[in-house]
Amino acid sequence: MNRAAPEPQANMGQPEPRLEARLKVTGEARYASDMPVHNPAFAFLVTSPIAKGAITGIDDKDARTVPGVLGIFTHENTAELKKLSWSQGGGGPTTSIQDLGPKIQHDGQIVAMTVADTFEAAREAAYKLKISYQEEIPSATFDSPGVTQTDAKKPTPKAGNAEAAFNDAPVKLEVAYSTPTQHHNPIELFTTTASWDGDQLTVYEPSQFMYGLKNKTAARLGIKPDKVHAVSPFVGGAFGSKSQQTPRTGLVALAARTLNRPVKLVPTRDQGFTIATYRAETRHAIKIGAAENGKIASFQHDGWEVTSRPDNYSVAGVEDSARMYGFGAVKTAVTTVHADRNTPGFMRSPPVVPYIYALESALDELAVKLKMDPIELRRVNDSNKDATGKEWSSRSLMKCYDQAAEAFGWSRRSAEPGSMRDGNWLIGWGCASAFYPTHIGAATARVKFNADGHARVEVAAHEIGTGVMTVVGQTAAERLGIPLDRVEVVVGDSNYPPVPVAGGSNQTASCCSVVMKACDAIMAKLGGANIKETVGSGPVKDVAASFSKLGVSTVEEYAEFVPDVVKPNAVTSLVDDPIKKLYEGSPSLGGGSHGEKLMYAMGAEFIEVRVHALTGEIRVPRIVGAFAAGRIMNTRTARSQYMGAMIWGVSSALHEATDIDKRNARYVNDNLADYMIPVNADIQQLEVILVPEQDNFINPVGVKGIGELGNVGTAAAVTNAVYHATGVRIRELPVRLEKLLTT
Amino acid sequence: MRPFEFERASDNQSAIATFNDLRSADIDAVNAQIQYLAGGTTLIDLMKLDVMKPTKVIDINALQQANGNIEFKNNGLRLGAMARMSQVADHADIQQNYPVIAQALRLAASAQIRNMAAIGGNVLQRTRCTYFRDTSYANCNKRAPGSGCAALEGVNRSHAVLGVSDQCIATYPGDFAQALMALDAQVELDGPRGKRTIPFASLHKKPDQTPNIETSLTPGELITAFNVAAAPYAKRSLFLKVRDRESYEFALASAAVALDLDNSNVRQARIALGGVATVPWRAKEAEAALAGNKIDDVTAKRAADAAFADAKPREHNAFKIELGKRTLTRALLQAAAMEVPT
Ligand SMILES: Cc1cc2nc3c(=O)[nH]c(=O)nc-3n(C[C@H](O)[C@H](O)[C@H](O)COP(=O)(O)OP(=O)(O)OC[C@H]3O[C@@H](n4cnc5c(N)ncnc54)[C@H](O)[C@@H]3O)c2cc1C
Ligand code: SF4
Repeated sequence: MNRAAPEPQANMGQPEPRLEARLKVTGEARYASDMPVHNPAFAFLVTSPIAKGAITGIDDKDARTVPGVLGIFTHENTAELKKLSWSQGGGGPTTSIQDLGPKIQHDGQIVAMTVADTFEAAREAAYKLKISYQEEIPSATFDSPGVTQTDAKKPTPKAGNAEAAFNDAPVKLEVAYSTPTQHHNPIELFTTTASWDGDQLTVYEPSQFMYGLKNKTAARLGIKPDKVHAVSPFVGGAFGSKSQQTPRTGLVALAARTLNRPVKLVPTRDQGFTIATYRAETRHAIKIGAAENGKIASFQHDGWEVTSRPDNYSVAGVEDSARMYGFGAVKTAVTTVHADRNTPGFMRSPPVVPYIYALESALDELAVKLKMDPIELRRVNDSNKDATGKEWSSRSLMKCYDQAAEAFGWSRRSAEPGSMRDGNWLIGWGCASAFYPTHIGAATARVKFNADGHARVEVAAHEIGTGVMTVVGQTAAERLGIPLDRVEVVVGDSNYPPVPVAGGSNQTASCCSVVMKACDAIMAKLGGANIKETVGSGPVKDVAASFSKLGVSTVEEYAEFVPDVVKPNAVTSLVDDPIKKLYEGSPSLGGGSHGEKLMYAMGAEFIEVRVHALTGEIRVPRIVGAFAAGRIMNTRTARSQYMGAMIWGVSSALHEATDIDKRNARYVNDNLADYMIPVNADIQQLEVILVPEQDNFINPVGVKGIGELGNVGTAAAVTNAVYHATGVRIRELPVRLEKLLTT
Repeated sequence: MRPFEFERASDNQSAIATFNDLRSADIDAVNAQIQYLAGGTTLIDLMKLDVMKPTKVIDINALQQANGNIEFKNNGLRLGAMARMSQVADHADIQQNYPVIAQALRLAASAQIRNMAAIGGNVLQRTRCTYFRDTSYANCNKRAPGSGCAALEGVNRSHAVLGVSDQCIATYPGDFAQALMALDAQVELDGPRGKRTIPFASLHKKPDQTPNIETSLTPGELITAFNVAAAPYAKRSLFLKVRDRESYEFALASAAVALDLDNSNVRQARIALGGVATVPWRAKEAEAALAGNKIDDVTAKRAADAAFADAKPREHNAFKIELGKRTLTRALLQAAAMEVPT
């Protein structure tokens, strides 16, 4: 068997290679900054070296003498840019901090942009621009003098009397965890190219939300949205960092309009740490009260998260952690801590990565306390309802555990810490659950079907590397009864019908649902029921006849799909028409814990670590993950998502952390040499098991999002394994070898 | 990167001649106006970061022919400074007879960088101190003499505990230099004032009050070769590198160890430490502690304690003392257990 293309089991689609695979491996795929524009000028950003204070003077004399310099943009000549109001999600701006000064509110705030005939001249001018500051002492993070705390104002599940149940429980666990600042670091930088044709603007920018980019760019410039065309054919990694409007886009567009010439900006890697978003550091306090048999009577989870001064961003994953098992009673709270930092934002599996890490670590600690196998502890607390009485649409958690445990060889584990050893290397085996809410949003699509049996699908979807083009193509091929190579799929352009932000892992569910609807409408037009019978089993025999009967050579359908979870009604408490909102650049996403039932994809991850007994190096020779997520559209792209995600999970446990200099609230390791991620040699055996699952409740295609599932829980599996290897429980990520030198 | 003049030298003399009219300020290699370019993996990197701003770059890659040979002589090994890291690392005779050299190079950087970088440039690579490499931080005595040191009270997990001063605690980041240190190598130089040979141990300078002066090279001096004498301990030598990930990462602590054993007693031990010191660090106290003894858990640990007796920790790097000791202990035990072909 080809490992990259697992054999489809029940309810799984074929492992079709990506439609754009060839373009990508040959380097022909065009990313936003590759798009040719006529005679571009080049921009370079200048960012602030202080986190708090004000610009007191700008001396651009030397910068202007650099040959080829065309313009220098600062707060003094960009006041016409409109301020966008921040709210979490909704396709809005990344931050309220949008001005180029004079007020400085975070490290690396954009304070100027130089534009020149060449990149080199723009950069040289940027070096020569002298900006003086009046500096104030900033607050960097938790515990820094001057931070303020507020309520996160997010849903915080409560059920039963958790405090009383805790007090009454024979077994009690009280633990605290923390996770560090992390940055997405997609390999493709945060580029923007703006080109005007009269009053018509084209913006080329890697985006996870075409209609957000279009509408918010227009709003920032104070022009009508129909004057903005957003183009983003391929996205070179995003992970949430390209889902909202950063302050740079309007600035580049303004420069292009002022200079009457296309302007291209490719910011540097270190600028990427401060001009977009990041995963903020979090802290957790967990209290669990359990019976001797492991049944959890009380679960309490308090979270603290860092955010910027002006914006109350939080991920508040207690909404997930409190519901994942059949806890007797739950109580949760989330507090935001405001510091002189840029506003954080979505980063792959935003709420669940930190909060499920805390939950799954605590469960392992409880299992140790109870002298119970950690899988059995999960089995005892597996339940068809959460503490509030809500039921699951489907739940295959223990199936995932059983299959992964079998593949991993869990039964050979001896439970005592430090009891498994290979020479000087201590071996540890750990496991943890992965959970991710199933989201879906209102979406639109256009499908054209020709009498020659070829089809074209137009959706403003986002090829961020997940394979959305391919699964959309597979959906159309199946519903129209034609081979995949007769389907053309085009995405990444605001001239196509809108779909939601590629966030919350909704894209496959939303896009495939609407494309299915459009295709079914075409088939209905072409002759109804008898044609439908051939769906999925090869070419429709009488396509040509149906077309000639209708007297047309093309049938075209535009479809709008509004899932129940975002329909305006009493349950969702929504009022606006989700399709209208979508066209205006705000996506409605629903699902997870917010619908009638709990909708989640799940998995179980097993990790082997080896820790050197003397010097403490931590290596991960083996990873096994089993996942159930409704219908799998394509086993190849699904495996690829899980594989990448688990590697990231290992990275978030052992490698990644953005260091902050607390004296000045600045990032220190803001580059790919010092911001550590695993290299090939760090990842050895990795196995992905696709567990079949059918869920007809969630959406018409029966798909749960998988892009953000595989990296959830991994960090807990690693720290649980490290404990098993060494007897040292690491409660502050990342695990670093110095934390293991104590023994 | 800023505009600069680019020249290709055709031989040592023409390269050196460029420096004939140098001002004395150019003693500070970080800020020197003229720079030699070998593989460029340090120089170009730092120019892109705007840390180094030479106005003239002299490409010495055409000197590969003259200065790039690896020669075995009866009294030892001569490594031309223009030999690439990978050439030396992959050399079968070096792997067998001077394993510490091959291993130190093999565990360094990435395959691509090893193919590009010359060993002369390698020993002159600059610190990875993040404050040094990021010009938006104003305080760095190495980059801007007299401006202070951001690392003393800043994020300093990767910084040195040995050879530090109150002006700079930047770690010497390389690996190969420790091997040369342990094997008592000599450096051949050619410069505006003629040729000379110096002990490798005197090439690097501790920061003291002038961290911007990193070596004892005079302006325009070109490293042409390294000489390693044949010695009984060379075959029983190894390089141990402890780091945060499996590959492509600098050492948190490393040890280059070479032993000459008489049955199992130490006749001579040679030890150099990396990742923990401001310069390639010869641990003579540890060597002395071992002489005449059998290497076991206790003696190895005692030697390691001696090596770090004068260590000075900072907020985030205190662990390097314990880690450095354990790294050395592990390296000594491993070297003592080595099967050495006769
Ligand atoms: C991402 C990354 C990871 C790395 N990891 C490691 C690692 O793990 N271990 C390790 O040891 N190293 C590591 N390195 C450093 C690397 O080994 C050095 O950059 C390289 O060896 C330098 O050699 P070069 O020929 O490229 O030097 P260059 O960049 O060409 O020169 C470096 C300096 O030396 C001067 N110079 C060059 N040749 C001579 C000469 N013959 N005489 C006098 N002066 C000269 C130049 O003027 C310049 O100032 C890493 C580098 C990078 C970029
Ligand atoms: S440790 Fe040295 S290189 Fe680093 S900031 Fe201080 S003076 Fe500069």
